[in-house]
Amino acid sequence: MKDKQLSVRAIKEGTVIDHIPAPALFKVVSILKLDTLDTMITIGNNLGSNKLGKKGIIKLSKVFFKDDEINKISLVAPCAKLNIIKEYDVVEKRVVEIPDEIIGLVKCVNPKCITNNEKVNSRFDVVSKTEVKLKCHYCEKITDQDNIDII
Amino acid sequence: MKNKSLVSITDFTKEEYLRILELAAGFEAKPRQDILKGFVISTLFFEPSTRTRLSFETAINGLGGRVIGFSDSGATSASKGETLHDTIKMVSNYADLIVMRHPLEGAARLASEVSSVPIVNAGDGANQHPTQTLLDMYSILKTQGTLDKQKIFMVGDLKYGRTVHSLLQAMSLFNPTFYFISPEELKMPQAYKLHLEKMGLNFHEGKDLTEFLPEADIIYMTRVQQERFTDPIEYERVKNAYILRREMLEDCKPSMKVLHPLPRVNEIHTDVDASPHAYYFDQARNGVYVRMAILSSILGIK
Repeated sequence: MKDKQLSVRAIKEGTVIDHIPAPALFKVVSILKLDTLDTMITIGNNLGSNKLGKKGIIKLSKVFFKDDEINKISLVAPCAKLNIIKEYDVVEKRVVEIPDEIIGLVKCVNPKCITNNEKVNSRFDVVSKTEVKLKCHYCEKITDQDNIDII
Repeated sequence: MKNKSLVSITDFTKEEYLRILELAAGFEAKPRQDILKGFVISTLFFEPSTRTRLSFETAINGLGGRVIGFSDSGATSASKGETLHDTIKMVSNYADLIVMRHPLEGAARLASEVSSVPIVNAGDGANQHPTQTLLDMYSILKTQGTLDKQKIFMVGDLKYGRTVHSLLQAMSLFNPTFYFISPEELKMPQAYKLHLEKMGLNFHEGKDLTEFLPEADIIYMTRVQQERFTDPIEYERVKNAYILRREMLEDCKPSMKVLHPLPRVNEIHTDVDASPHAYYFDQARNGVYVRMAILSSILGIK
């Protein structure tokens, strides 16, 4: 018998989002709008991780994401890993990828940008992915990694 | 270019720049034509800019078009809290084209997305002012006979000056060499220097205005503003170092021209005005022809 116990109970079918940096866990919850789901969700945070120190994990029963949906979390959890579960088995592993365009998710760093002054979705072209740099579609200013503020 | 908004200088291609400049030369030769007769163009100036507005309205009037609009948002529904979105939706019912100036950056892009008629950006905060760039290019073409391989000095506030940034972007398609002369605090931002490096273009950077002036084809002056400095002592130290005086131009090429987007405060000494190198007032006149070219090509007349 195993002497280790799983920190969070396994699921039969659905998606596990692992390796979320602990401080970003609730941002991931809000970006993916998990508060609107009525299926079973298990959220763990501040779990031990060799890589991240403390990590968060989200297990979503009967939920599967499309790429463009899940890629939205790449800004706050760039090394998050997805396990797709069927019949308690991992049938697919995925990583998140920063998309080429980001709409309505990040606040433009420029206080004089129209998107910070009028009701309009922010919109950015991702001009660099290694060190994230977002170019505002409207004011053309760059919002960089350190200034990314999730709406 | 028909029905295409002009929001950012990068919205147009090199071929489109050249087409506008060619049309502008036609309007300079024949500045009174009735080709905009029957057209209504709206000039929406959410912040005052007398110079730019008069230039556009002169262009429209010269071509027989009609103008509706305002020159200060204080007298409009914007002061009652109407959104830009709603103002543009409303005005695009009335006019064939909208020229707009707005204090917020990105306002013109947003307008172009909600408007049913084309938008010409006449300045959105510190972001873009593409018709200024095209008139700068026209002035370079007219005085130097070509846009290619120019040695262009940009002097003064290179950090915040939108005119120098847009001119750099547009002229970088014509194999120029740039000389950036500014105080330390107001240097050309890294992003623009990277852009030049990517395009394989040479540039020089320095603090001393006089050092390489004899090489210049164009000197593009901008104003060093006191409010840009965190340290007022630093401003006092550098403020006189970026004033162009006539005696500095003695060894310059005879064809060299001094440009300035205006208004000038003191960065070009008035003794330069009488010099054959001074071109800033002619440059402003060129703006009318260039705006005629932009309006008539977007309206599909030329």
